[in-house]
Amino acid sequence: MKLLTGNDLASGAVTWWTGSGWSIHVEDAVDVGESGDAILHAEEGARRVNAPYIIEAIPTPEGPRPAHIKDRVRALGPTVRPDLTLKPADPAAGDWVI
Amino acid sequence: MVEHLHAEGEEPAVTLDAFLDQSNATAVRLEPDDDARALIPHLDRLALIEIAFPKYRDGRGYSSARILREAGYTGELRAQGDVLVDQIAFMKRCGFDSFSPEAPLNQADVEAALSRYDHVYQGAADAAVPVWKLRHG
Amino acid sequence: MYKYDNYDQAIVDARVEEFRDQVKRRLAGEITEDQFKPLRLMNGLYLQLHAYMLRVAIPYGTLDSRQMRMLAHIARKYDRDYGHFTTRQNIQYNWIKLEECADLLAELATIEMHAIQTSGNCIRNISSDQYAGAAADEVADPRPWAELLRQWSTFHPEFSYLPRKFKIAVIAADEDRAAMRLHDIGIHLVNRDGKLGAAFYVGGGMGRTPMIAPLIKDYVPIEDFLSYSEACLRVYNRYGRRDNIYKARIKILVHEIGADEYRRQVEEEFAHVKTLGIDPPAAELERIAAYFSPPPFESGLSDDVDRSDPDFAVWLDQNVKPHKQAGYAIVNISLKPIGGIPGDASSAQIDVMADLAEKYSFDELRVTHAQNIVLPHVAKRDLYAVWQALNAADLANANLDLISDIIACPGLDYCSLANARSIPIAQKIATRFADAERQRDLGELKLKISGCINACGHHHAGHIGILGVDRKGVENYQLTLGGSGAEDVSIGKITGPGFDEDGIVDAVERATEKYKELREPGERFVDTYRRVGMEPFKEAIYG
Repeated sequence: MKLLTGNDLASGAVTWWTGSGWSIHVEDAVDVGESGDAILHAEEGARRVNAPYIIEAIPTPEGPRPAHIKDRVRALGPTVRPDLTLKPADPAAGDWVI
Repeated sequence: MVEHLHAEGEEPAVTLDAFLDQSNATAVRLEPDDDARALIPHLDRLALIEIAFPKYRDGRGYSSARILREAGYTGELRAQGDVLVDQIAFMKRCGFDSFSPEAPLNQADVEAALSRYDHVYQGAADAAVPVWKLRHG
Repeated sequence: MYKYDNYDQAIVDARVEEFRDQVKRRLAGEITEDQFKPLRLMNGLYLQLHAYMLRVAIPYGTLDSRQMRMLAHIARKYDRDYGHFTTRQNIQYNWIKLEECADLLAELATIEMHAIQTSGNCIRNISSDQYAGAAADEVADPRPWAELLRQWSTFHPEFSYLPRKFKIAVIAADEDRAAMRLHDIGIHLVNRDGKLGAAFYVGGGMGRTPMIAPLIKDYVPIEDFLSYSEACLRVYNRYGRRDNIYKARIKILVHEIGADEYRRQVEEEFAHVKTLGIDPPAAELERIAAYFSPPPFESGLSDDVDRSDPDFAVWLDQNVKPHKQAGYAIVNISLKPIGGIPGDASSAQIDVMADLAEKYSFDELRVTHAQNIVLPHVAKRDLYAVWQALNAADLANANLDLISDIIACPGLDYCSLANARSIPIAQKIATRFADAERQRDLGELKLKISGCINACGHHHAGHIGILGVDRKGVENYQLTLGGSGAEDVSIGKITGPGFDEDGIVDAVERATEKYKELREPGERFVDTYRRVGMEPFKEAIYG
């Protein structure tokens, strides 16, 4: 599947296209299929996202899992500071990244 | 400061190679990789030197401009191309006195940019007095 | 240390307002990201893996307690309560919001700090020797010259759109504590006939193609110092490559045209630039140098230290260095606790260090390129109290220059350029070698880790270097041996095929075991490697 991701312009937070807007949770991300570029340009032009790009991901029961470790780090947070990630209470979160 | 949008009624600027071959052109255009010093023997013939900035990130034109002013050129020195308002102040300090940006500049932004800094740290091609000179007279 | 006058302050204040305006225009869509990017980079603001990352300048690594406390405040107010000290003596915050950045910079400006030119294709922070003003071996304090360069390079109108970034280091001792030869320009202050001048090395760097800077001029008198620098930069701005960002550093230019030709062009340009009157009068260097006069040391202080606390004694022997003034010492604060993140400090720890500097070090601290902190002027009678305070704050690891004193870039946990995580490797290695006696037995062993080929972890200059790469989507780690950033400068050599994240720790261990087996008295790891060569190590590592 293909996900559209980027950063929020004002805050810098990593964001994922949900089909209708942007979420900081990769679980909310949808498959943009072949329309990713069109959405990307529209959203970037309207400044609802900054530096967007499309990535490959694998659907899993827990939600999309980005194919590249770099995007998994973006999705969760730094593996070396679990307390600063989106899932500070989840001890398995780091395994999901790695 | 003069801002040119079109070269209407103005003699077209020839390339450096053409200028060096020609005897009567008064306007020349320097590309980023042209050697500005090639013009030094001919500065008194020139009314306009246009320096190209095909991409604002390519800063070679700043050196070309300063070199020409340092050599005594007093004619019009124009920055042409990918010239954004955030580069105007640096360009002016390097000796540019006219600008031909590809995308029009907001005049209020230009004025804000030029009046932003009361002081400069280093001498350049403009008349701004560097801070060390103000400190020691 | 240097204090702003109204001119310095006005310039920094104007910069804050300029950036505020640029951010406003970006948020309103008046400029695109492509147009905004070089502007925010020139204010040290990157868009990184998790958020915007801000790199605050700490000029030549020197700051006082007031500034340190502000850095702690910034961490609490604008970030997540910690900062990361870098290999160029700066500090980074990883979670900055663009919409708050101008306010942050305004707060920094109130205590004479900024983020000017900490990124972008311009002249970056001038780095220097962390023992400046305290070490006995320097011919002079290099920092006034660094300050002169800082001012000259700030908003230099000709050199703000260089082919690539430009890094300058200034030292004044034969012992190179700032990796001077691995900079774009490395300056070594020297005496000639009783007069101070500068030797210029140009064309060093790490990154993808590490190079040691050749000597371009062995003596530039102080009155020509800035003109000569200007000439070096102008030749680079005009002729550095612009066609390929991986070949755009000055080291490539010097390498491609040769040091002799580069020198010839600089000399020609210098002869011209010298006529322009851009060099300040001697009075300006004197004005700046006055800020760096020695602090009011007490005389007649004892050099004796009570070593009866064994943990204190260990720290004393490893982390405390001799000071030129009798009765004083240089204290190294380790930001490398075993299993911790190299170079990171919490806001609470930063406050502790600020307090210690104010109370015990004439209100001065230094940041080192090895990502540690220095209290440069501590009276020996105060060392025990300092150590106790550091110990309570988990800042007293007695590992200076030992294997767990690792330089590591933030790596794939933080950096969008990275191919692999570097911090977990540092943590694993430090944990494997946690035993303090084992570390001391291994002795000086500078281990440096980079998470990608950009080499921000300086792995090329590591006695042991580790480079993280992406091998078909999986993190892989290459091992290099024999690098050094000191005056015995050398580039490390790769051992062979890479390892996974556990394999690299084992490989490092095997290399250290081989060293212990082969070493002769007095030899450090790197000395043994240089004597016996790669083969014995390669055999030990790969079996």
